Amino acid sequence: MSDQNIALTVKNLKVHFGGKKNIFGRKSNTVHAVDGVSFEVPAGTTFGIVGESGSGKSTTALAIMRLVHITHGEVTLRDTALSALEGETLRDARSRFQIVFQDPYSSLNPRKRAGALVREPLDLMNIGTPQEREAKVAELFRQVGLRPEQRVLFPHQFSGGQRQRLGLARALSTRPELIVCDEPVSALDVAIQAQILNLMGDLQKKLGLTYLFISHDLGVVQHICDTVAVMYLGQIVELADRVSLFTNPRHPYTRALLGAVPSVYGKKRDRRNRVRLQGDPPSPINLPKGCRFASRCPVAEQQCKEAPPMLETHSDGHKVACFLSGHELS
Amino acid sequence: MSDPLLAVSDLVVDFQTRAGNARVLDHITLSVNEGEILGIVGESGCGKSMTALSIMGLIPDPPGKITSGSIKLSGQELVGMGVDDLCKIRGKDIGMIFQEPMTSLNPVFTVGEQIAESVRLHEGVSAKAAHARAVDMLEAVEIPEAAARANAYPYQLSGGMRQRVMIAMALACRPRVLIADEPTTALDTTVQAQIFDLLQNLQDEMGTAIIMITHDMGAIAELADNVAVMYAGSIVEMGKVDNVLSHPDHTYTKGLIACVPHLSSSPGPVRERLMEIEGVVPALTDLGKGCAFAPRCNAVLPRCSSDKPVLLATQENHLAACWAAEAEMAE
Repeated sequence: MSDQNIALTVKNLKVHFGGKKNIFGRKSNTVHAVDGVSFEVPAGTTFGIVGESGSGKSTTALAIMRLVHITHGEVTLRDTALSALEGETLRDARSRFQIVFQDPYSSLNPRKRAGALVREPLDLMNIGTPQEREAKVAELFRQVGLRPEQRVLFPHQFSGGQRQRLGLARALSTRPELIVCDEPVSALDVAIQAQILNLMGDLQKKLGLTYLFISHDLGVVQHICDTVAVMYLGQIVELADRVSLFTNPRHPYTRALLGAVPSVYGKKRDRRNRVRLQGDPPSPINLPKGCRFASRCPVAEQQCKEAPPMLETHSDGHKVACFLSGHELS
Repeated sequence: MSDPLLAVSDLVVDFQTRAGNARVLDHITLSVNEGEILGIVGESGCGKSMTALSIMGLIPDPPGKITSGSIKLSGQELVGMGVDDLCKIRGKDIGMIFQEPMTSLNPVFTVGEQIAESVRLHEGVSAKAAHARAVDMLEAVEIPEAAARANAYPYQLSGGMRQRVMIAMALACRPRVLIADEPTTALDTTVQAQIFDLLQNLQDEMGTAIIMITHDMGAIAELADNVAVMYAGSIVEMGKVDNVLSHPDHTYTKGLIACVPHLSSSPGPVRERLMEIEGVVPALTDLGKGCAFAPRCNAVLPRCSSDKPVLLATQENHLAACWAAEAEMAE
């Protein structure tokens, strides 16, 4: 794939919290929320990031949106280095990348009417004349499957699924090149989830959108993403295209994650034979010097505890950070 | 057949709201035997949690009220029982795990104290013995360093740990029935798998009957023996899990299974559209007289808008409340 087709490039992104000296000169602990994440997203595709809570997937999304401070690394949208932008230039660039939040209940201002909420980005970014904006809002409502008459309603008069449609309409309003979706369907009922996922797929086909899709639900990720990265404690442990990752997961963490998902086709007591993870992930403050997953890994060896494995690319483009990924794991 | 351990029959619960009377539970009949897991599934607002709260006698009254029906725990009627008597059963014979481990633990008491509380109340043992039991329970739910963790406050524990504490609390008095209301919704899948294993192991050991409320069909498939699918306050399909999931009769059940993107170990290159259930759950105040699911159903018959379907046996040990399923069976 040629370079022109890469919409988003993330290079060695690090986001650390804390680590500053307080007024007594004592240094607080550093939380390594995102610790060296690199990936590329081709235009018009969906890149998924999965992982447990605390794996740094949401922080990665926020860093790309420039909503948290980037400690190190580069984020590039087409040919613009987002990570280098400041002040007014950053504000102007914001129309090119938008976000859809997880909770459609708390992310919409309850005092504004739906039409005004969707119009807000257009007003702030100064897109079109005020007359054109009204027509644009009506068009956006139709695009996300709402009726333009519903513009006068308040958020509380909408159902959860409809509110998430409003969130999508807001994100779409500035015609962004990239939409970051942070768990956009996890707060919705299963039947509504399907409606939103189908809508997102349709919009992508029609408008050629690029999505960065954050989720902990592997079923949803498998359904909507073209490429998937699995994160554990701030790092990508496995990155591959959708078919390769799910048919041939190579990192023991990915295997455990996949094994933990209950399946409708599963039978009672089937579950017992799967790889089981014990305990919780270690704290992102005192990280082990070896592989971060070694303490929970069912196949960890001595070398895993001594040095961290690098994310290596296999012949089929499948990337894995595991010393043992070449071996057949049982 | 002997009496089931817990039997709910023809339970009707009404809520008085400004918009009128809302029938949140409409003639619910279900039962669970010792050592069995019954799953209840449905979207939000279908009455799953209300079923659990009625069994616990926790319906807020007013505005809610059990209008008719009965709930029997090994023959003993719970509907209409006084609060004092109910308190002797709650937490002792029937334990409950609530949905949010973050909000349902008291932040100002240590988890050990919170587990010991119900033991002291129901068994009248000394504070020391109750504390020892609390530590035992924490060990039983596989919390490492249980003795030290008993002195921890909820904020010091992770989400998975807190949910284990909730389970320990619910099981401390060895209840015969355990109601788990979405016990893993707030948790990661790997932790969810641990909690499911734990529930199953504890059940194997103690023979507890479990009523598990969830919206996750996968969880039902791997954990439950029987399943009841609820929609708008009624049970629309009920039966053995394997049978209901492989041969669902009600359109709503079919939709619930088909609308979730299922994880496959060999995904094809083409991504298919998910099946959608159009629309949303109706308001319970204006259900009309026909089938509550008819406006969203893709197999509606003329009869569906005028008559409310009743649960009928469509297969062996399998009930469905759907005119379309009945018509198909008659053919």
